[in-house]
Amino acid sequence: MTDVAYYPGCSLHGTSREFDESLRAVAADLGIGLAEIRDWSCCGASSGHTTDHLLGVALPARNLALAEAQGFDTVLAPCAACYNRLSAARLAIATEDGLAERMPDLLDRPFSNSVVVHNAVELLRDAAATIEQKVAVATAPNRLKGVKLAAYYGCLLVRPVEVCGYDDPEQPTSMDDVIKACGADAVDWDMKVECCGGAFSVSRTASVLRLGRAIIENARSHGAEAIIVACPLCHSNLDLRQKAMARRGEEPMPILFVTQMVGLALGLAPVDLGMSRHFVDTAPFIARLVQQATERAAAEKLAEEEAAAKAAARAEKQKVGA
Amino acid sequence: MSRIGVFVCHCGENIGRTVDCEAVAEALKDHPGVAFTEDYKYMCSDPGQQLVKKAIEENNLTGVVVAACSPHMHEKTFRRACDQAGLNQYMCEMANVREHCSWIHEDRGEATAKAIDITRTIVEKVKHNRPLESIRIPVTKRALVIGGGIAGIQAALDIADGGHEVVLVEKEASIGGHMSQLSETFPTLDCSQCILTPRMVEAYQHPNIKLHTWSEVEKVDGYIGNFNVTIRKKARSVNEDLCNGCGDCQASCPAKRIPSEFEAGLGKRTAIYVPFPQAVPNIPVLDRQNCTLFKGRRKGLAKDVCGKCQEVCLKGAVDYDTEDTFIEEEIGAIVVATGFQLYNIGREQPEGLKGYGEYGYGKVPDVIDGLQFERLASASGPTEGAILRPSDGKEPKTVVFVHCVGSRDPEKGISYCSKICCMYNAKHAMLYKHKVHDGRAVAFYMDIRAGGKGYDEFSRRAIEEDGAEYIRGRVSRIFRDGDVVKVWGYDTLSGEQVVINADMVVLATAMRPQDGVRELAQKLSVSTDEHGFINEAHPKLRPVETNTAGVFVAGACQAPRDIPEAVAMASATGAKVMSLFSADELEREPAVAIVNENTCIGCMNCANVCAYGAIEQREICTVDGHVCGHVAYVNPGVCQGCGTCQAVCLSKSVELQTFTDEQIFSEINALCYWE
Repeated sequence: MTDVAYYPGCSLHGTSREFDESLRAVAADLGIGLAEIRDWSCCGASSGHTTDHLLGVALPARNLALAEAQGFDTVLAPCAACYNRLSAARLAIATEDGLAERMPDLLDRPFSNSVVVHNAVELLRDAAATIEQKVAVATAPNRLKGVKLAAYYGCLLVRPVEVCGYDDPEQPTSMDDVIKACGADAVDWDMKVECCGGAFSVSRTASVLRLGRAIIENARSHGAEAIIVACPLCHSNLDLRQKAMARRGEEPMPILFVTQMVGLALGLAPVDLGMSRHFVDTAPFIARLVQQATERAAAEKLAEEEAAAKAAARAEKQKVGA
Repeated sequence: MSRIGVFVCHCGENIGRTVDCEAVAEALKDHPGVAFTEDYKYMCSDPGQQLVKKAIEENNLTGVVVAACSPHMHEKTFRRACDQAGLNQYMCEMANVREHCSWIHEDRGEATAKAIDITRTIVEKVKHNRPLESIRIPVTKRALVIGGGIAGIQAALDIADGGHEVVLVEKEASIGGHMSQLSETFPTLDCSQCILTPRMVEAYQHPNIKLHTWSEVEKVDGYIGNFNVTIRKKARSVNEDLCNGCGDCQASCPAKRIPSEFEAGLGKRTAIYVPFPQAVPNIPVLDRQNCTLFKGRRKGLAKDVCGKCQEVCLKGAVDYDTEDTFIEEEIGAIVVATGFQLYNIGREQPEGLKGYGEYGYGKVPDVIDGLQFERLASASGPTEGAILRPSDGKEPKTVVFVHCVGSRDPEKGISYCSKICCMYNAKHAMLYKHKVHDGRAVAFYMDIRAGGKGYDEFSRRAIEEDGAEYIRGRVSRIFRDGDVVKVWGYDTLSGEQVVINADMVVLATAMRPQDGVRELAQKLSVSTDEHGFINEAHPKLRPVETNTAGVFVAGACQAPRDIPEAVAMASATGAKVMSLFSADELEREPAVAIVNENTCIGCMNCANVCAYGAIEQREICTVDGHVCGHVAYVNPGVCQGCGTCQAVCLSKSVELQTFTDEQIFSEINALCYWE
């Protein structure tokens, strides 16, 4: 498989290192080459485009221009905000009058707006067949088989539809497809695209707590054992803020990045997927998965042996009869 | 030598303000072939017309040019005046110096010069006009009405009462349309079926109405007064002449779990069925898609697995081997009344529409649409009029009504207002409150559009007397949370978010044209708008005519309509059809193309480009009857005089009688040579 340009953005180098670690581990296992864009810079998320439209376009465009110059046709931006800013800039330059012409001068480098931008969910959805196949042929029992998982998309991964467009903005299914490819059950729930509170985590913590609780409770009421996300901010709001919820005696709900989930299905070691970096301890969850998988494997083995014994007995009987 | 009279109209100030009309008349005086010129303040007035008539008689004029407004306005007026003065009316033409000149220019000098040029070109054209006769075509005095809803029934009854035959075609098993599904009607809350069924019966029993249910229009040929229509009678599997409507077949049918279309999916029906008890005609149809016997036959089973309905039928009316049959009818006028369907919020949508993911794409069982609520509220419905929700049959204590679902939402593909929803939502809230006294009815609306006699009073009554809570704002999300349906909305008046734990939600979904209306429009050569509604010929002055002569439109296939409007439109089409049928022959302008058979090479390019299907191939025979060639022939009844054939003719053999090449070149030459 050809390499894709990897744009980690600040989060995957900082607060969401486990997203970066698990992505690299999973990509390597699936044979997807990731080449980090050399000299990448801030995508300008939130502050850039709220300050000035041109700045909001130019900041991500610089990174697209670098990827172009380094010979790539696809950029992978796992962070939902990065993905949204890069895609929005790409759309603005393609559709707004005169913007494309200004870019080379502004960026101080040639730019033809030729690279497409993907997020991690798109990448994994496109690799779903490979994942499914790898999971099927693995010798170790699949730890995720039959586990109920809730795909949480949040806002920026699928909206606005002109910018993202790869999935339904109100009832998306791409992450659910990845969950199913891993052998787990994607629960049908109601808050797939509700707001997690975003950057209000710091300024209006109480609101973020209220929103996060509603999301977690809805997922739980639909039977989810964990919530799968693909955005560092969603992860932080749902994972970090559970400390406050735990104080009220609410059960913890593990929050996993989509790449971590795929890694678990592919049989990668939890430590390589950054599982220990979460605030909600994932160890009990993983231990339960392992135990379930082992028990299931044992039960299957037993059933197989019984079936074989029965078949042998039947064959014996027929022999005698003959 | 021509002796042409030029009459320049001031149109009050309309032309006179920017064009020096006296100067125009003066300039034309010396134009070769002009024998008389005059200007006058209102040429279309009676004295103005007298002036034209007098000039024709006194100066022995051979042609008339009236420099005034658009020919759409007064061409007829002046042609009639010429006719009365003994001049062939087609020797009179209008020079449009108002819409094409005075209204669009400011400089008086330049506008006057342009008006002179325009008038000169028309004078040059009139020099080549020939006296023509109006075309007369015979009229078949039989009307076709497509669609047996209230609009179609009304149109059929009006025409039939006027003494003319009507062929009424309905694609469903019974006439009645959507109105037969309604419980009560606004703004009087009278029972829909009680007022509709007498009309249905009357249409069925009327000696002048021939009813074809379970039938569709297959093909339409011909033109105004002379249509040839082929009707497909779909295989009913029940002999309409033998069946006495006893209902034994329906009772015997083992396939009893098929969602009923009439009950909007809330009730069940059998495979052989009469859609509802008051159906007209009361003759069942066999739904072959869901019939056990036909399912078996499709699987290729050697023996029929069912046959109960045939066994129990004492009349021997059930016949599994009937096939579609075709009926040809000669028709003089057509009324299109195919009605509407409701927007569906589901994920699967026709092109251009999106559905409502935020409302769960229609997967929440207690979220229903307006027609489903009508069935719940109807005494003949699946709950016998009790308001019970579909999921568990409990009486809902909180019902949310959402206006404008699909309508007025360009994001979802529909920009128009569906017009009736504000009223039926108010009605639904009332009906609900009348039946569930301790219930809570909450309506989310954008604006309340209750224009109509007694309409606003009605919607106020829902709020003030029956206590419906109206919240101005949109609903952002609907989902199922255990036993309740959560409705998240926004109250734009108080600026607050609203969350309602509802037991049932009723969506006022948009009205859309029926499926297949575009194909039907194509068969009839009428146009549709971007949404598929049939276009009227003029939005104000010709609201029930279409751009094809002899085809009229009534009811919700033209735009969202309520019952009174649909009925008014239907009666209007009735009047139009009757006026068409009032004479034995139709007269129309000779603005049609004529083929010169001596030069036509029979390439049929003209037939390929003709948008109206007016051109056909004709054989040319020798004296002893051998075919020796082919030429094109323009049917003057169908030709609309667009001139496309003239533009593509390789051998210059086809010409519009009123716009010959000679006339057009003369007009152009006039612009080139006269300074």
